[in-house]
Amino acid sequence: MNILASHRGRIWFDLLAAQMTVKEGAVPSLLIGEGELSGRTCSLLLIQPDAHNRYPRARHGEVGLLEGWALAEAVSHIVSQEATVEPVHKSAIIAIVDVPSQAYGRREEALGIHQALAGAVSAYAQARQAGHPVISLLVGKAMSGAFLAHGYQANSILALNDSGVMVHAMGKAAAARITMRSEDALDELAKTVPPMAYDLKSFATLGLIDDFIDVSSAIAPSPEDIELVQRQLVQAVKNLGGDTQITKRLQGENRGASRLVRERLRAQWKSAAPK
Amino acid sequence: MSNGNDPRLAISFVEQSARKRVEHILDAGSMREMVTPFDRVTSHWLEMQGIVPQFDDGVVTTRGSIDGKSVVAIAVDGSFQGGSLGEVAGAKIAGTLELAVEANQAGESIAAVLILETGGVRLQEANLGLAAIAEIQSAIVALRQFQPVVALITGPVGCFGGMSITAGLCSYLLMTREGRLGLNGPQVIEQEAGVSEYDSQDRPFIWGLTGGEQRDATGLIDDFIDSDVIKVRQKVQEYLSKGVPKAFRSEAIQSSLDRLKKVDTRSQITAEMARAILSKEASL
Repeated sequence: MNILASHRGRIWFDLLAAQMTVKEGAVPSLLIGEGELSGRTCSLLLIQPDAHNRYPRARHGEVGLLEGWALAEAVSHIVSQEATVEPVHKSAIIAIVDVPSQAYGRREEALGIHQALAGAVSAYAQARQAGHPVISLLVGKAMSGAFLAHGYQANSILALNDSGVMVHAMGKAAAARITMRSEDALDELAKTVPPMAYDLKSFATLGLIDDFIDVSSAIAPSPEDIELVQRQLVQAVKNLGGDTQITKRLQGENRGASRLVRERLRAQWKSAAPK
Repeated sequence: MSNGNDPRLAISFVEQSARKRVEHILDAGSMREMVTPFDRVTSHWLEMQGIVPQFDDGVVTTRGSIDGKSVVAIAVDGSFQGGSLGEVAGAKIAGTLELAVEANQAGESIAAVLILETGGVRLQEANLGLAAIAEIQSAIVALRQFQPVVALITGPVGCFGGMSITAGLCSYLLMTREGRLGLNGPQVIEQEAGVSEYDSQDRPFIWGLTGGEQRDATGLIDDFIDSDVIKVRQKVQEYLSKGVPKAFRSEAIQSSLDRLKKVDTRSQITAEMARAILSKEASL
């Protein structure tokens, strides 16, 4: 299946990193911006399409073998550089998310793409747990394993309020095949089953989005749009107030069972202790 | 019980139910299940879609001991919805691991054993499955600093999707010959990339790339183990006793990048080529 590479991520990266130092990560598909956001040091990370990627299944912005490990390298470098910095002064790490999927291919499976993505997840989680504010800014697709590796370990997730911003566990065509339903039937189900929906409003009821940002255009942002997004990023860092967890997601309207299970576990925990 | 050295009399771990698997791993009589089937916390999302739920939602989560050492032991039931994780199943795993983290932070030592038999996200609960997996991953990264988190993949389902990433975060990863480990399920790859890239019907090809023996030969797991229940238990004991490793597999960043940047991708890869690229002996 051919997909068109998205340039949304790059558009937002370039505008947000205009005053920053920009460099490539371990591979050209990872861009890193280093600078300041309202006085706080920060790094912007973007996975972008690379038509010359050594791995052909990762040429449209997918998170593949190299991208997973490159993210791991970039994020863990920031963490180790600032190991002795007080949490309140640690730099913010901002993932700009526009990832169509993980890379699907034979080489990817054979060479352990799951482990490459684990490298990225591990680095992001360690950064957050060490006290770095980790913010995800969704500007395009945030799909499945690619989102787990780049963005889902953030302690705050912001999204442009735009129909091109989508979060999902699997592309529609593949999901239809695996669940033996038509794509139309999946759309129909999504209307009544919020976790199956592809739209952002449904996703937000799962407690996963902290704020929607109303921009005039997601693909040709105005200077006001950029300022607004910058203000929201700064605010998101402030709102964290040192929180290193992702537990606030459980407060979502459609996370009742997630809370109930945890309440029961906590209630039974002590009496289940080994004698 | 397994009888001495006669392999014909060994009891296969692979054939045990999720609950039995946990029981076999733990010290006799020490298993205490939490949020049991009697709690009847089922998936209302499945019911909304006309699918009969299961009273444990396909996850058995317990506390117990192994060699007297306090652990949480969790098994995914591969026979219910392919071991897929929805909201309840995912919350049982994440919630248990979060409590283990809290206990360790308070000075109590509790390790973890995960028996993974899972296709990953349950597509009927799509985004909530994905969210739960992110929460499980966060808890493992926190817990593994204190105590070992040992993951077992024994088959027949294997470990796929977001949960393969979870496996890659654990302190130690053990697989049997029947186990498989991969990010994308064969059907999904065939759907996305075509049958010439990945033939989901070709079972020897799939086991050859993602089976336990290959994963061991490519250094992507710690041990290739026998599926006899006694030996599985011994291996879990052995790895728990190793404590927290000096470095985690998910931190092998530079060596992985060095190897993967040199791969010739002009021709398609074979299992043998993958071994040559990733084996511990492969020169850098």
